[in-house]
Amino acid sequence: MNTFWRQGEPFVWLTATAMTVTLLITLTLIGVVMINGLGYFWPSRLIELTLTDGTHVMGRVTQEDTMPNGSGKRLQLKVGNRDLYGMDFRWINGSDIHDQTYPVDAVAVERMEYGDFYGYLQTVTIPGLLKPPADPWDALSDTRRKLRRKEKELEAINAKMSKLNYRQRQIRLKRQKLEYQKKPHVEIKKLTDMEVQLGQAFEEMLVTHNQKIEELRRYTATFADANGQTKEIPMVDIVRVYRPNQMGVGAKIGFYAGKIKELLLSEPRESNTEGGLFPAIFGTVMMVFLMSLFSMPMGVIASIYLREYAKEGLFVQLVRIAVNNLAGVPSIVYGVFGLGFFVYGVGGSIDHLFFPERLPTPTFGTGGILWASLTMALLTVPVVIVATEEGLAAVPQGIREGSLALGATKFQTLIKVVLPMASPGILTGFILAMARAAGEVAPLMIVGVVKLAPALPLDANFPFFHFDRKFMHLGFHIYDIGFQSPNVEAAKPMVYVTTLLLVSVVLLMSMTAIYLRNSIRKKYQTGAF
Amino acid sequence: MSAPAQALQKPHVIDIKNPILTIENLNLWYGNTHALKNISLSIPPQKVTAFIGPSGCGKSTLLRCLNRMNDLVDDVRIEGNLRFDSLDINSPTVDVIGLRRRIGMVFQKSNPFPKSIYENVVYGLRIAGINDRNELDATAERSLRGAALWDEVKDRLYESALTLSGGQTQRLCIARAIAVNPEIILMDEPCSALDPIATARVEDLITELKERYTVVIVTHNMQQAARISDYTAFLYLGELIEYDETEKIFTRPSRQQTQDYITGRFG
Repeated sequence: MNTFWRQGEPFVWLTATAMTVTLLITLTLIGVVMINGLGYFWPSRLIELTLTDGTHVMGRVTQEDTMPNGSGKRLQLKVGNRDLYGMDFRWINGSDIHDQTYPVDAVAVERMEYGDFYGYLQTVTIPGLLKPPADPWDALSDTRRKLRRKEKELEAINAKMSKLNYRQRQIRLKRQKLEYQKKPHVEIKKLTDMEVQLGQAFEEMLVTHNQKIEELRRYTATFADANGQTKEIPMVDIVRVYRPNQMGVGAKIGFYAGKIKELLLSEPRESNTEGGLFPAIFGTVMMVFLMSLFSMPMGVIASIYLREYAKEGLFVQLVRIAVNNLAGVPSIVYGVFGLGFFVYGVGGSIDHLFFPERLPTPTFGTGGILWASLTMALLTVPVVIVATEEGLAAVPQGIREGSLALGATKFQTLIKVVLPMASPGILTGFILAMARAAGEVAPLMIVGVVKLAPALPLDANFPFFHFDRKFMHLGFHIYDIGFQSPNVEAAKPMVYVTTLLLVSVVLLMSMTAIYLRNSIRKKYQTGAF
Repeated sequence: MSAPAQALQKPHVIDIKNPILTIENLNLWYGNTHALKNISLSIPPQKVTAFIGPSGCGKSTLLRCLNRMNDLVDDVRIEGNLRFDSLDINSPTVDVIGLRRRIGMVFQKSNPFPKSIYENVVYGLRIAGINDRNELDATAERSLRGAALWDEVKDRLYESALTLSGGQTQRLCIARAIAVNPEIILMDEPCSALDPIATARVEDLITELKERYTVVIVTHNMQQAARISDYTAFLYLGELIEYDETEKIFTRPSRQQTQDYITGRFG
């Protein structure tokens, strides 16, 4: 035992324990998120329960536990059909269950509104068809396929309408400007005429649009729930319809892949609890990108001055302390500062100078992706400065002297030798800054993040980057659907999915940076001799 | 050791005709430390001059005065006259960049840049704005041949310089220094990190170099100074004790301290 202590064995155990605990916590966290998030899209079987009072319940088992008073088991079922029952989830006591089956023809319908519908397909209604089709399931699949073309047309009209709308808005803004500048009446008149013309074109399109919708809505499918209560659903409102109890593993994997694709590439539905997360992913990545565009040069240049040019002394020490303290300021304080300085101060001044005709409607004087990125840049700049300084300090003095002795200026030495050698350190700062910026939510809530952004900050309309626009963010999305959603139980899996996605986005971005750093490090590693 | 008594003696300094570089009454302080005390000596052209002395005697500091490398040190104060041609090295108006191109330097710890062998050699030209491929190629070959490294690296010029061995990197640093065609090459203990074989190669090289360049070398290895240098200066505690032809220093030194040092009685 004595040798055990003398040889320092306990300290190996102590350090190893600390590492294991950290590892376990991380793995548990990721594990919980993955288990809850990844399973969400799997089309599990629909169960039909016959209760002792004779009624039927159909749905998916979401939880199973013992009764709060300890008498037997109970099940939580997602029963869907929110429009019929008013709630999606129901607890069933085990003692109430008389029988249970997995009916093969049970149908799950994913709808544009009101969540899922679980039940049986009864019939389909197709305009022009006199008697109902013999096999409603085939008819439903067939018709939905045919309708897709018509839906495409509708989407095209929609796109045209939003373009018209956009142009009308641009002209209106131009007219407002001319009016504000008291330009001749003729020019304004011309614009007003154009506006009216566009308005008319828009109205005409709206009429065809509505006609098409009405026409489409005549194609319906009628479903019945487990108790026989029927519901007629227009086919355009159906996102997906499938029979999970008939699907094999292959079909389920295909379905799962489809859901993942939807998650990554499409817009959210139903107050963000369904559909995709594309705008939030895009907003997060673009915000981080813009943030690094601001914070990287600023941080790197500042630390170059601190480390290479400034004379060590009280002042430099004070600056260092200030920078380190800045890293510890609560993020919400940055948010408030961003709101006051960037949004109201800078943004307000821009509005007064360049867009006075639009006031009191703000253009830049309100939260937007530019101000959010700048606020985040401010928040991450200390991280970049500290890491870059360390990177610069790690470059041997001899290398600098070697370059200077050859007649290089200090600046040439920096650019050609020191900075490339310090770049792994700089990239480390970049990785830390990125991870911090992508995960931060509190300051964003007051400088430009919204629950649902009408348009992406990057699109095909000139000038392509719309820095004044508000944007969506994965971190805020988690908060929003997790705590602000009217249907918390239904939104819960989405919280996990969004978390998983945010972690993956951060991981992907930092992995790229780490890969880059390692390849650079390999290049500049001083050989051992 | 009777050093205090002899420190009052005037240093024995040989007179050099037509020197390339003259040091007169040079004093240097690091903060409050008087590191170099009233040093006067002249460096002859196209010869190898060695500075020897025990650690901390100021030999490296003296060397670094010659191309203003001490500028990099905070809190340093230099007084005295340093003449190179008609140039006053210590003058605040002197073009330091131009000076360092004329007085090259090789350091104790080889410091190759993390670039290819080729880019290391032509670095001095590139920063001077020379990017003509033919000129760069010619210079690279000339310099590498001059540093006796050409045959070893001619097939891998574009590989990283960090793949070379210790002796090779030191010769690469010499090639880098002669690429800009300096008049004087300062060497700060260039062989202290090398094994005997690599040391021998660098020493041979230094002997060859003196045909075209003036070499000033700092070494704590007395045998080395005896082997390669023509003139030797012995410094002790920031003072110049004796400066004479190498042969004389090592056979018939004029000062007792020199005698003690070269015979290994202290230092």
